[in-house]
Amino acid sequence: MATPTRVAFDHDAPIELAKYFRFQWEPVQDCHVLLYPEGMVKLPGSAGEIMKRVDGSCSLNGLVAALATQFPGVDLRADVIDFLEVAHGNGWIHETTR
Amino acid sequence: METAGSTKQPGNPLWLLAEITYKCPLHCVFCYNPIDYTQYGPELNTDEWLKVLREGRELGATQLGFSGGEPLVRDDLEILIAEARKLGYYTNLITSGVGLTEKRIAAFKEGGLDHIQLSFQDSTREMNDWLSSTKTFELKKRTAELIQKYDYPMVLNVVLHRHNIDHTQQILELAETLGAEYVELANTQYYAWAFENRDQLLPSRDQILRAEDATNRFREKVGNAMKIYFVVPDYHATRPKACMNGWGSLFVTVTADGMVLPCHEARMLPGITFPNVREHDLRWIWYDSPAFNVYRGDAWMKDLCRTCPEKEKDFGGCRCQAFLLTGDATNADPVCDLSPHHHLVVEAVEKADRPMLPQNVNVKPILFRDDRTSRTLTAAKDKTAVPVS
Repeated sequence: MATPTRVAFDHDAPIELAKYFRFQWEPVQDCHVLLYPEGMVKLPGSAGEIMKRVDGSCSLNGLVAALATQFPGVDLRADVIDFLEVAHGNGWIHETTR
Repeated sequence: METAGSTKQPGNPLWLLAEITYKCPLHCVFCYNPIDYTQYGPELNTDEWLKVLREGRELGATQLGFSGGEPLVRDDLEILIAEARKLGYYTNLITSGVGLTEKRIAAFKEGGLDHIQLSFQDSTREMNDWLSSTKTFELKKRTAELIQKYDYPMVLNVVLHRHNIDHTQQILELAETLGAEYVELANTQYYAWAFENRDQLLPSRDQILRAEDATNRFREKVGNAMKIYFVVPDYHATRPKACMNGWGSLFVTVTADGMVLPCHEARMLPGITFPNVREHDLRWIWYDSPAFNVYRGDAWMKDLCRTCPEKEKDFGGCRCQAFLLTGDATNADPVCDLSPHHHLVVEAVEKADRPMLPQNVNVKPILFRDDRTSRTLTAAKDKTAVPVS
């Protein structure tokens, strides 16, 4: 994987997986992964939980709210921003265009 | 990531290369299929391939390549692609595009094919005029249009060698015309047919430098619109490639006739009985078969490699290249300038640097990969029965 570069984006804009990327659960790795031409990124733990909610209609703020419902009492906002800005910088996700 | 330098249990394979047929409508002089491909038994049938796909997925392979020969020759490719997608593979089709119709690509899309890598052949009987021929240009244009119409990225692979490397700029211009997003300019690797033709195909250092210049100029011109990878030939390096990321580390190849290999060249190596999916399951083959363990770890290495601080980085290079050049697969890959056999590579490169004048070279005629030549070469090798040097 390339050195993570963080790239910020609009927290109210819906976000989606970039074209040619596929997100799935990988039993042998025991974690979620992103697949793309000739490569794979493992997304263990919270990274997988966050990426699971990137569905083309949910924004970063929406995603934080959804996670807050599922994991009450834990402030995940900073983690979500950290991960999604790196994901954006790596070209895995972007604001929804479709 | 697990490395082959350790003696612990290897990790699972991530890449399954399915060479579903050795049949091919082309006759490329740099083909990496075995010279004696005509000698091998019947191809796996559809059910046998479906079993291979299931077992590979259970082992944890996520990337699947359909290759050959020309995979489009098999009329059950649609069935295999659909099953691969259901199993959860990221599925890549590696093709020359010859035989790709709209009906087929529509079925591939429907079945869930993820990615197509289109190779552009050159110096084949059919296409040696590819840079100028209207007919082949039209074929490529049609194929490229189909790939775009079905929303696949345009990924081109062009194998470079002495006879086309000076056309690098034209190749890139053609790629741009076709709307390529990724172009891999891959210098020939010298195995199998390419090794037989090495004296004809190895470019000079000047040619490589000029090609790199042309590539860099083109990169400046097109910016991010087209990503260009220039793969330098390993004969011009001083350290070997970390071939396959180590023996039995990430990659598994299943050949048309069901033989299972740690890389697509390995069946040339003598003294190893490679298992067949008709007799064993992939799990046993990957973890327990003698063939997949023979070059794992460092116990097989000679002192030069075993005591080398870089052994975890390049695993001593390529076993097949060591065998092809030195006659012993346990030697260091002679690309390494620490190898006592490095002069074999240096001599080949120096020969390539000399102009191809009649008094300088005693070059045998270039061999096109076809069934007749395969049979002739196989018979000749059986007769001499000594490793080539």
